[in-house]
Amino acid sequence: MIQTFSWDHVIFLLRGATWTLSLSIISFLVGGAVALLLAPLRVLGPSPVRASISGYVQIVQATPLLIVVFLAFYGLSFLNIHLPPLFAAGISLSIYSSAFLIEIWRGCIQAIGRPQWEAGDALALSLVQQLRYIILPQAFRIAIPPTVGFMVQVVKNTSVVALIGFVELTRAGQLLNNITFQPFAVFLTVAAIYFCVCFPLSLTSKYLSWRINVAHR
Amino acid sequence: MSPIVELKRISKSYGAVKVFEGISLSVKPGEVVAVIGRSGSGKSTMLRCINGLERIQGGEIHVAGHCIKPETKNLQELRLDVGMVFQSYALFPHLTVRENITLAPRVVKKLRSEEADAVAASVLKSVGLIEKIDAYPDSLSGGQQQRVAIARALAMKPKVMLFDEVTSALDPELTGEVLKVMEELAAAGMTMILVTHEMRFAENIADTTVFMHKGKIWEEGASNELFTNPKTPELRGFIQA
Amino acid sequence: MAYEMQFQPVLNYAPDLIDGTVTTLVLASQSIALGVILGGLGAIGRTEGPSWLSIAISTYVEVFRNTPLLVQLFLVFFALPMIGLQVPVMVAAVLAMALNLGAYATEIIRAGIVAIPKAQIEAGLSLGLSRFQIIRHIIFIPALMIIYPALTSQLTLTLLGTSIASAISAAELSSAASVIESKTFRSLETYITIALIYISLTFMFRFLYWIIGKILFHRKVVTSKNVVEDPLLTGAGA
Repeated sequence: MIQTFSWDHVIFLLRGATWTLSLSIISFLVGGAVALLLAPLRVLGPSPVRASISGYVQIVQATPLLIVVFLAFYGLSFLNIHLPPLFAAGISLSIYSSAFLIEIWRGCIQAIGRPQWEAGDALALSLVQQLRYIILPQAFRIAIPPTVGFMVQVVKNTSVVALIGFVELTRAGQLLNNITFQPFAVFLTVAAIYFCVCFPLSLTSKYLSWRINVAHR
Repeated sequence: MSPIVELKRISKSYGAVKVFEGISLSVKPGEVVAVIGRSGSGKSTMLRCINGLERIQGGEIHVAGHCIKPETKNLQELRLDVGMVFQSYALFPHLTVRENITLAPRVVKKLRSEEADAVAASVLKSVGLIEKIDAYPDSLSGGQQQRVAIARALAMKPKVMLFDEVTSALDPELTGEVLKVMEELAAAGMTMILVTHEMRFAENIADTTVFMHKGKIWEEGASNELFTNPKTPELRGFIQA
Repeated sequence: MAYEMQFQPVLNYAPDLIDGTVTTLVLASQSIALGVILGGLGAIGRTEGPSWLSIAISTYVEVFRNTPLLVQLFLVFFALPMIGLQVPVMVAAVLAMALNLGAYATEIIRAGIVAIPKAQIEAGLSLGLSRFQIIRHIIFIPALMIIYPALTSQLTLTLLGTSIASAISAAELSSAASVIESKTFRSLETYITIALIYISLTFMFRFLYWIIGKILFHRKVVTSKNVVEDPLLTGAGA
């Protein structure tokens, strides 16, 4: 039966959007936690560790997110672990986020110039102390704008799990399109909801990096 | 008096490129040694070897009872006794002046924060910047930042201070205040080794001046003697330039 | 539990894999060509055009950068027929990908144009060069050098993004995967194979960008993720 796109359908989309947000938050937090551990090791670890982390990042960034999602989905059932799609979705998005965040944060750590390390050396601080008191606090500050900017990617990336049938915002849109045949109304609404989440994040990121640049003058 | 700093035939190279070779130098406690020379003569690199920021490939360095050899790994004990001030100040921009100064005393020497604060107040007074104790580095002038950097190094109660072209990044009108602090420090009996372009400062304040040229100590002697009566044509040319 | 990996059944579908790879390459190269042209025009329009154009372009950029590619693809594919534009799957896919890339490329290229020091342009003007000559001889190569790492990363994302086109059944690599998977029931092996193909394609494209960079700039090109600043600029005249 063909239905007309109505207010109830918007509610349905918004309910899908809560899953989009949940997935975004999960994958940002999990991916962020992994990256928080691996980014400093990527810069300072012993060379086999640095090489493996770099390899991990290179491979993930050379694979389409969709394929990572499928691999997580089927990989888990291969290990005879039958978990709801939420887990496959969460794991694959977290892996993807971690790879990008490692790269972003690595850049921020490396942006802290050598004189800062040397000043720490000259004051007899250990490597860990230099990281903890001198390098990471400064890297953290410059990492905020690109990290907020990356959240936009995280939110948009969640749309891909629609293709394994996880009902988040985009999948909800697909389902509605199938019963209303009003793709313009449905997908423009879907796009508008994404935009309402992403655009403020983009603006915040831009504002924060502008403020840092001003402060550095 | 036995030397507090002694370089014994040290050599340094980056891969195939030799920076210097077979350099020996001896500094007595309380002595002020100025190192001069053209850029690329290896003078800054030599200074950075003394607290292990640069690794040496040969020879050995004795500093205040510590010894650095090419294979030496643990440099922390040595660095506790050697203060260093950099051309670029290298203050920590995210910390206040007080936090810049108290960081190492607290986390390395494990002073309680009241003790560290007391140390910070006393070294800041000695460089004349006590009123800036809660300021952030970016609100200070270059000269003030460099004085804070000196105070930060002094807070570790070093036995030797190294100065690496500390006035080179400063506007000419700001070098005076930094040189004055260094002069007071010299008068107070601190052992100092400074790489500098300030010829007048070297001549008037340093006991000994070392002229480096092409990776070697080309000429060395009492400052007044060396500047008024240079023996080598290279030094003569350098002083006149 | 003791599952044994078998790639042979998947490899029996080599022709499908090859077809899929070719379609992916066609999709990617058309989207990249169109997207970069769009980005170039967008950037020039934003920096040189009248304010209404500049506003229109930045609206386009923000809308496309703040919504998912998949939704853009659905809009192009399902909605265009509604206004009487029947577009084949491949055309819809290229259109959506190019519009998406165009938005990012506009921002990247604009950043490159803005980064050229004013003194360079003034030097050109004082030598009597025309506006076009200044763009061609003074701005183009240095600006390209500045944006090259960022732009090529974006192009890699477009290559990988073509997998999304499987959602509208474009017969590219990811679609080939679902076909093979449904016939062999070797899901994991299929997706591992597909992942390896994408990884090889990505590295091939990166190598190609590196070669192009070498030819264009006659010097070593930094291919880091971070937008490169002064070091490249200062050597620009060399």
